[in-house]
Amino acid sequence: MAQSIKDRVCIVGMGCTKFGELWEKSETDMIVEAAYEAYEDAGIEPKDVQAGWVGTMGGMTGMALTAPLKLQYKPVTHVENACATASDAFRNACYAVAAGVCDIALALGYEKLKDSGFSGLGMGAGSPTTNIMPTTSAPGMFAMLATTYFARYGLGPEEGKTMLARIPVRSHHNGALNPKAHFQREITMEQVLRAPIIAWPLGLFDCCGVSDGAAAAIIVRAEDAKKFRPDPVYVKSLQMCVGPAEGQMSTKYDYTHVEETYRGGLAAFAEAGITDPRKEISMAEVHDCFSITEATIMEDLQFSPRGKVKDDLEAGTFTLEGDLPVQPDGGLKCFGHPIGASGLRMMYEMYLQLQGKAGPRQIKNPKLGLTQNMGGQPPGCTVSVLIVGL
Amino acid sequence: MVGIKSYGAYIPLHRMPRDVMYKEWGGMPIPGERSVANFDEDSVTLAMESAIDCMKGFDPQKVDGLFFATTTSTFKEKLCASIMATAFDMRRDIRTMDVTGTLRVGTTAIAAAVDAIKAGSAKSILVTTGETRMGAPGGDFEQSVGDGGAAILLGDDGVIATIEGSYSISDEFSGQWRADGDDFIRSWEDRMVYDQGYSAALPEAISGLMKKYNISPDDVAKVVYDAPLDVRRHARVAGGLKFDGAKVQDPMFMNLGNTGSALAMMMLVAALEEAKPGDKIIFAGYGNGADAFYLQVTPEIEKVRDRRGIKGHLASKKMLDNYGTYLRWRKLLTLERARRPEQAPTSIAALWRDRRIILGLWGVKCTVCGTPQYTATPGVMGGGPPIRICVNCQAKDQFEDYCFLGKKAKIFTFTHDNLADSPDPPATVTVVDFDGGGRAVFDMTDRNPDEVAVGTPVELTFRKLYHDPARGIHNYFWKTRPIRC
Repeated sequence: MAQSIKDRVCIVGMGCTKFGELWEKSETDMIVEAAYEAYEDAGIEPKDVQAGWVGTMGGMTGMALTAPLKLQYKPVTHVENACATASDAFRNACYAVAAGVCDIALALGYEKLKDSGFSGLGMGAGSPTTNIMPTTSAPGMFAMLATTYFARYGLGPEEGKTMLARIPVRSHHNGALNPKAHFQREITMEQVLRAPIIAWPLGLFDCCGVSDGAAAAIIVRAEDAKKFRPDPVYVKSLQMCVGPAEGQMSTKYDYTHVEETYRGGLAAFAEAGITDPRKEISMAEVHDCFSITEATIMEDLQFSPRGKVKDDLEAGTFTLEGDLPVQPDGGLKCFGHPIGASGLRMMYEMYLQLQGKAGPRQIKNPKLGLTQNMGGQPPGCTVSVLIVGL
Repeated sequence: MVGIKSYGAYIPLHRMPRDVMYKEWGGMPIPGERSVANFDEDSVTLAMESAIDCMKGFDPQKVDGLFFATTTSTFKEKLCASIMATAFDMRRDIRTMDVTGTLRVGTTAIAAAVDAIKAGSAKSILVTTGETRMGAPGGDFEQSVGDGGAAILLGDDGVIATIEGSYSISDEFSGQWRADGDDFIRSWEDRMVYDQGYSAALPEAISGLMKKYNISPDDVAKVVYDAPLDVRRHARVAGGLKFDGAKVQDPMFMNLGNTGSALAMMMLVAALEEAKPGDKIIFAGYGNGADAFYLQVTPEIEKVRDRRGIKGHLASKKMLDNYGTYLRWRKLLTLERARRPEQAPTSIAALWRDRRIILGLWGVKCTVCGTPQYTATPGVMGGGPPIRICVNCQAKDQFEDYCFLGKKAKIFTFTHDNLADSPDPPATVTVVDFDGGGRAVFDMTDRNPDEVAVGTPVELTFRKLYHDPARGIHNYFWKTRPIRC
């Protein structure tokens, strides 16, 4: 009988570099900075790490972690699960600790995107193929979600774009309070609505930042956690939902939601013993790669009823002062999105918030934080839903 | 009796007023407009689209050969006829041939097909042609040429026009030519080009045919013969042969342009669209000599009237008033490189493995739950061809073949992507649901972005997807477009 992960492992240390266009930093710089911040936070030495999980789209083998850190002959696994890579590295590290096969594990995610010479994702040429893929970009694939959402719920282009614009305006507000964020300035609704179109109907500010960065976590068993610090953060659920990518082939997929997020959420709530997510979850960092993605995630996680996220966006539900703050650190939109690091960056914010260390963006008395991290594109995604708490 | 069983044609959507080119360069103003192939069209796609028009109502499995006539083949060493034969899922034991080297290849291919059928080597052969010949920027030829294609299905039963006879001459004179490596038409002095070439050989072939079969100008309802780049020379041929000007088939210079090796067949299709049972037609093509045929239309012609053909495609057009776009589509300028990821290497092995799926749009239908499905294109999501597990009921390998070719579809969702690298920005990408079931993702072409909406009906069109410059591979696939006409 499978058991819940709830309260079996804890995070006792985390590190996260500033995200951004880190022209002067290499992968090694970022990995070392994130890992050593986490070591220091947990009060451990590098030699204390017994096993590692390294998440990146760019690297190869576990040496992506051991070589820059000069970790001495440890078991390390390279994890790749698209944009959900770091969450999956974290999940696997937690499982190893829970299984009792190691006492202290390091999960680290990183990505160096800004060495490509262009904006947007550039993950290299890839394997030989027939090259008959449609001519599109990541914004294009997610834009199709907005096209269908607008059509299904009867939103005109202006109405739909205005609904979505509230999301980056909120994220920029939060990002401006975060010294590690890639973008730290406020924007207005008018700026969002007047920005150039990247992929109709998404404009520039509907799309998240593309950044360099790294983030890391130190994981131990719950019974050992207080030896490291008085305020460890407990893992409540670790769910991963990987779809069969049927949406591009099956007329059943509605292109107004992401099934993997919905099912991942159901599983995570069950594992954590949550019955009313909207009330019980204190805050969330979700995969706002595009404004429409965040909008549909709010519905898939049952924070908003289907087709009704507009009401919550207008009511300010997901602002720092709202009932359910989302993206308190600025999200992918403003903190930035170095693919293999993002899931752990989300967890870093939940960790800081739960410990009351989030400074001017501190949420009052949070109990449970959720991260939703998503790879792939709407017809086929790989989604993690993780819940942590005190 | 050997003859024509069906016909079809294709003309690109875009037309450029010749004035646009004249304004760019000066030189000689030439009236009218010319067709311009989109960036994703080439001789193969023009021929394929024509063949689709021609094959409406006919079973490709019963066709014993496919010939492709062009002087603008995409490959020097690689058959293009086989690309089309695979797209049509024709049998493997057929004759395929690319005919090239002269503007007369269309009539040469027809002659070869007729002979093969007469000799009993084949019961029917599909002859296709497509041409995208270029004049160099700044010259008259750039204004005079056009892009287009045609297709003729030949056979020995159910013919719509019998081929009563033919007459050919060969001539070692080439007033206009392209050598290996030439992108543009070269020409000798005009007078000699026509006096010793077109204006000599073409009438010689037609009068040779008339003498051989004892035809007088009064016997003929229509005379359909090639036109040269200087279209004024066309009318003079009829005068010299004593044909009434009203019987001369219009070479469509004013609204199409000279489509080179495809022109004669395109004109024949236009003539057949208007022909009545019993009409006798002289048909001739020119290029380093000439081929002439004598045709007689049968009552069967009424059965193939539902083609888009020349008339339908000529009327369906979108004006292209931007010379820069023309240069871009023909790759005549070095443009700023898109700052986008490198495309993955094209794999001949993968293209070969997926040839029926890619070229023939073959999907499957689950025999357990009945769901038609087309394979996902390999990409971020994985799960590329073939389909082994049903998308709906997860049954393994319980499928029958199901072809999406010719199926109508509706847009389920779309985007106009400004970030993706396209020679016709924005890149319009569509997710479409097919009538009868099945969903797939395709690029959209020949569209006005303002007219694309959820629910817009679309059809599939055969296009060149990508040219892998490092490997010299052109690959072909299908795109969506609004219902053309």
